[in-house]
Amino acid sequence: MDFSLSPQEEAFRKELCDWLDKNGAELRKRRAALGPGGLGLGSLAPSPRMGPRASGGPGAPQGEPDAMQEFTRWWHRQLHDAGYVGIAWPKDYGGRGATLMEQAIFNEEMTKRRLPTGVGGLGVGWAGPTIIVHGTEEQKKRFLPRILSGEDVWCQAFSEPGAGSDLAGCQTRAVEDSDCYVVNGQKVWTTGGMGADWAILLAKTDFDHKTPVHRTFSYFLMDMHSPGVTVRPLREITGFAAFGETFLDNVRIPKDLMLGQKNNGWYISMNTLEFERSNSASSIQYLSTIESLIELAQKMRRNGQPLSKDPVTRQRIAQFYIEANVGKYMGMRALTRQLRGQTPGPESSVGSLLTMELGQRIEDFAMYLQGSYSQLMGGSKYAISNGAWQRAFLSSRGRTIMTGTSEIKRNVIAQRTLGLPRYTE
Amino acid sequence: MNFELDEEQVMLKSSARDFLQQACPKKLVRAMMEDEKGYSPELWKKIADLGWLGLTFPEEYGGVGSSFLDLVVLLEECGRALLPGPLLATVVLAGHPVLAAGTNEQREQFLPPISRGEMIVTLALLEASDSFEAADVRVTATQSGDGFVINGTKLFVPHAHVADYLLCVTRTKDSPNPEDGITLFLVDTRTNGVKIETLKTMTGERLCEVVFNGVSVPRSCLLGELDKGWPVVKRILIEAQVAESAWMTGGARWAMETSIDYAKTRIAFGRPIGSFQAIQHKLADVAVAVEGATSIVYYAAWTIMENQPDMALAAAMAKSWCGEAYKQATFAGVQIHGGIGYTWDHDMHLYLKRAKAGEVAFGDSDYHRERVAQMLGI
Repeated sequence: MDFSLSPQEEAFRKELCDWLDKNGAELRKRRAALGPGGLGLGSLAPSPRMGPRASGGPGAPQGEPDAMQEFTRWWHRQLHDAGYVGIAWPKDYGGRGATLMEQAIFNEEMTKRRLPTGVGGLGVGWAGPTIIVHGTEEQKKRFLPRILSGEDVWCQAFSEPGAGSDLAGCQTRAVEDSDCYVVNGQKVWTTGGMGADWAILLAKTDFDHKTPVHRTFSYFLMDMHSPGVTVRPLREITGFAAFGETFLDNVRIPKDLMLGQKNNGWYISMNTLEFERSNSASSIQYLSTIESLIELAQKMRRNGQPLSKDPVTRQRIAQFYIEANVGKYMGMRALTRQLRGQTPGPESSVGSLLTMELGQRIEDFAMYLQGSYSQLMGGSKYAISNGAWQRAFLSSRGRTIMTGTSEIKRNVIAQRTLGLPRYTE
Repeated sequence: MNFELDEEQVMLKSSARDFLQQACPKKLVRAMMEDEKGYSPELWKKIADLGWLGLTFPEEYGGVGSSFLDLVVLLEECGRALLPGPLLATVVLAGHPVLAAGTNEQREQFLPPISRGEMIVTLALLEASDSFEAADVRVTATQSGDGFVINGTKLFVPHAHVADYLLCVTRTKDSPNPEDGITLFLVDTRTNGVKIETLKTMTGERLCEVVFNGVSVPRSCLLGELDKGWPVVKRILIEAQVAESAWMTGGARWAMETSIDYAKTRIAFGRPIGSFQAIQHKLADVAVAVEGATSIVYYAAWTIMENQPDMALAAAMAKSWCGEAYKQATFAGVQIHGGIGYTWDHDMHLYLKRAKAGEVAFGDSDYHRERVAQMLGI
């Protein structure tokens, strides 16, 4: 057991820190010029922090004002030019060719400094890694460099109105027609769909009722600018529209944009869902949120003293801190296995369940600390941190739904990790 | 970065599990609950021969020279087997401070016989106040001629009734800083004026009241420096918190695995109960608790092994987490087993009771959360 870095990793960290110190200043300057409390980023520095979605993960905010989008694109270019996008991706496709450990170091340093990642979190986080594993050489050459550069923004079109947790209930059909598949159906919860250039799509390609359902889907790379694709924004609990519903009306997808084998799409989509950001990254993010929570507890007063002196508050914050660290070390155990090319152990699925629920508890507690002030939204007189906590609280309610509900996660842990039997009629 | 046990640690773990399965069956554990000594001297000799008692002592003192992390790996298995006896007390609460703070003579006097299984030592720290604060150390040692005279009552002293020596934490000076004026003595339990009475506990593990009534000890019994013993106590507590956490993790894992096995085979409503989501989700939550415990305990053990500055914080986090995790695993264990889990015959209650004992040992979860808050500067 050894938590120290190799000389190569240490050198990477040093170079990265120097670069961030140099460029972080320019970032803050440009960000400040946009005024307080942009819609998407909670705020960068000083205090409150980016909500879970603001750091450019698969759920990066959309529907931002143009200036904010331009700012994010500018920052993405800086990161990309310095080789900090796709750190563990192969060099041949525009990546840095470094290890997952260096990717983890990058995540940690960015989070410590409360810096945002760039655009296209879903492309870098989900679509790209899936293409690396399952794509043809041609598909890799075509798509991967443009994902990294931020030229192409990706979204995911898996869920349907009648198929969420039960994804095998998907009804969208793709029928062969000469050199294309013709796709009809409706997708929903398409995060970033309105601004996306490409989608990863799951659609039915076998209509024989006798075929086992998991063998009836194929996985497509779909041009969102194709005729027949319509995206309608859906307003969320936060009041903003980060996702939409996607209507597919005789959309023609060339056959060479199928990913992997025909009727093997189900298994590839399960693979995609495993490419969530590592647990350790989100735990480190929470550690940074907890710092802000402590500042908030020191600032807010009740019964004539700062809430940070209240024993119940101290217990709660300490518990969050402990849980975030437990999540962090579970993530490091998982990372050790990944670095050795081993299959994920129990700590991997279990860790993501802990951290997704922890995020909700932290955000809810931040509201509690604010008492009546917790009602005030951004833009209001007296609002704390211009409503960043309020927005983060609301969006945190989605954390146990997106990428698999916490109930589904528990089923998966019970059945795949603990080996309990499935319920069958 | 590598967060995994090495090959030798994996081997130590699996050989310890095999040995304990055979040498420490539940029949023995149950017999020891009723036994006057509370441990088996034959088994004690065997684990000494395996090198467990001197695992972390240098070879020159009859030890093996292994790391604290190695010990933690071993303690997990002891906790899983519910090994009865004063292993943690003798090695961690007494052996380690003798090694760290003792003179060469003291090391020679204590460590080789401990390694050989010929000497049992325990720590007498708590008093009726049940407090881990220096200010609450009220047992006094006053200078008298060349030596000291100890007076007062220690409580919840583990295994004192079978101990050859007590490492007794005393107050030797009143001072505005309560951490100043604490002194440790290695007291022979046969000394005049030492009266030991065992208390009846839920687990059957022996906790004792130790009364010191004008107990004269020579100056050579003093461990470390006069009045400057508190840092030694703090280090003992950090190690004890992690050692106890490891012990608890082993038991929690047993409770989880046993419940999973039962849920797979117990049929109700025509199907295994493990196929019901009510059971699956409960066990998934237990898995979070147990995998989390393993992760934070190994990390905390590593900080001690490497003398990292965050060892006190890591130990507090581990103890706080494990205090909850072991309870959660055994409470779920009883519930999932239903009626049979509530019986004396099933082993689950042995673990549930051990979880309650472990919860309060070396500070409960609330206590450690408050310490975490303090260390974070809140």
